[in-house]
Amino acid sequence: MWDWETFFHYLHSFYLIKGAGVSLALSIGAMAIGLVFGLIAAMMRMSRHRLIRQPASFYVWLFRGTPVLVQLIIIYTGLPQLGITLGVIPSALIGLGVNEGAYLAEIIRAGISAVPRGQFEAARAIGMTRTATMRIVVMPQALRIIIPPLGNAFNGLMKTSSLASVISMEELLRRTELLIQVQFKVLEIFIVAALYYLILTTLWGFVQQRLEAHFSRSVTASSRSRDKAPQVRLNDVVLSHDAT
Amino acid sequence: MVEANGIHKYFGHNHVLRGVDLKVRKGEVVVIVGPSGSGKSTFLRTINHLDTPDEGWVRIDGELLAYRSAGSGKPVALSDATLSEQRRQIGMVFQQFNLFSHMTALENVMSGPVHVLRTARAAAIEDARNLLALVGLDDKATAYPDQLSGGQQQRVAIARALAMHPKVMLFDEPTSSLDPEMVHEVLQVMLDLSRQGMTMIIVTHEIQFANKAANRILFMDSGTIIEEGTPAEIVNNPRNERTQKFLRLVMGGV
Repeated sequence: MWDWETFFHYLHSFYLIKGAGVSLALSIGAMAIGLVFGLIAAMMRMSRHRLIRQPASFYVWLFRGTPVLVQLIIIYTGLPQLGITLGVIPSALIGLGVNEGAYLAEIIRAGISAVPRGQFEAARAIGMTRTATMRIVVMPQALRIIIPPLGNAFNGLMKTSSLASVISMEELLRRTELLIQVQFKVLEIFIVAALYYLILTTLWGFVQQRLEAHFSRSVTASSRSRDKAPQVRLNDVVLSHDAT
Repeated sequence: MVEANGIHKYFGHNHVLRGVDLKVRKGEVVVIVGPSGSGKSTFLRTINHLDTPDEGWVRIDGELLAYRSAGSGKPVALSDATLSEQRRQIGMVFQQFNLFSHMTALENVMSGPVHVLRTARAAAIEDARNLLALVGLDDKATAYPDQLSGGQQQRVAIARALAMHPKVMLFDEPTSSLDPEMVHEVLQVMLDLSRQGMTMIIVTHEIQFANKAANRILFMDSGTIIEEGTPAEIVNNPRNERTQKFLRLVMGGV
């Protein structure tokens, strides 16, 4: 039987709200780590030198090719065997962040290579250095392309963060499970947890809309360009990410 | 003013430039014509080292580009920052305009002075407005590239290159991707520039324009300069068979 009273009781449970807060903080932290790793890996993969490209390709291949759940367990439970002991929070942050970085690297790389080559050449021709060209001409245009898939990645990450419950990180899912162990109101409490996740992703949806509007203010990019923007590749990245 | 010497360029096994030499005097307008694939655009792009020559060198006003001669030894490649600094002296206009699509027309024209020369913003705005007026687009300052026609975009691109006050302007088929009715407005701006004494090297198929504006026309084929001379010599009286054939084709003959 569905128990409304239990449902409403836990709907404003401070214990669960704090769990949701932890989930959000974990996601933000992991995203920040992921962005740093992703940007570095993307830049490395676009290098002219094979010795710089290959380690980045290996990183992306390894972390996209294995389940993040397995990665988390290896980091938290496996590494101590090698003398590397990380606490729950560092393990969760590193595991989720480094994994996310592998996906973000692909998003960022696709965004940068979607900026037509002519933009780069025009910047070089007026005397901009490589760095200035990236900063003033390429990145602002790439950002416009990157922001939507990046937003989707963060949406995905907020849900993926629930995997940290497996290494006993006390985020929303873990706290839900702990509650159920004493309450036995499985459906009600899980529905509450689901609602919290829904609230988080919905709120993020609003933020994302604002961000996208902000970065597409100056319209255009690839639609009119003669250089073909690899939109398909971008979609591939997003789709494969959702599949994790 | 501009001196290119023995320029060779390979794309893989494809030997696209086979020893091209060119000397351009201050204020001279040189037009390069030739069939597609003759290497004329590639040659133009080696002048500002957008494509690095595999052999040969370029001097602007006597200054060696991209290298520093190290006494008797092999020349030493300069840093990216130094080469970028040298490129300021060379303006370039592209076939596809390549306006920065996230900037307005005014911001495009200002981009070089502000980000490269570190000109004060107010001065850069004033200069950019004057240049937009010069190319007849003072009313389009706040328009983004995709709100402009091809001809307008190309005129903004010319203003953007001029904003760096270059010693020489390179034009890489500036009218080839324009609709026919817009070709004239761009050529007119270029003609005005040449009359003001700008040193220009132009790759184009517009023979009539070359006839009117050029001091010298070069005909390129298969990666070398086949023939060169005044417009009268090249257009009306070409000696080389390949030049004759090419001119018949571009001038609409059968």
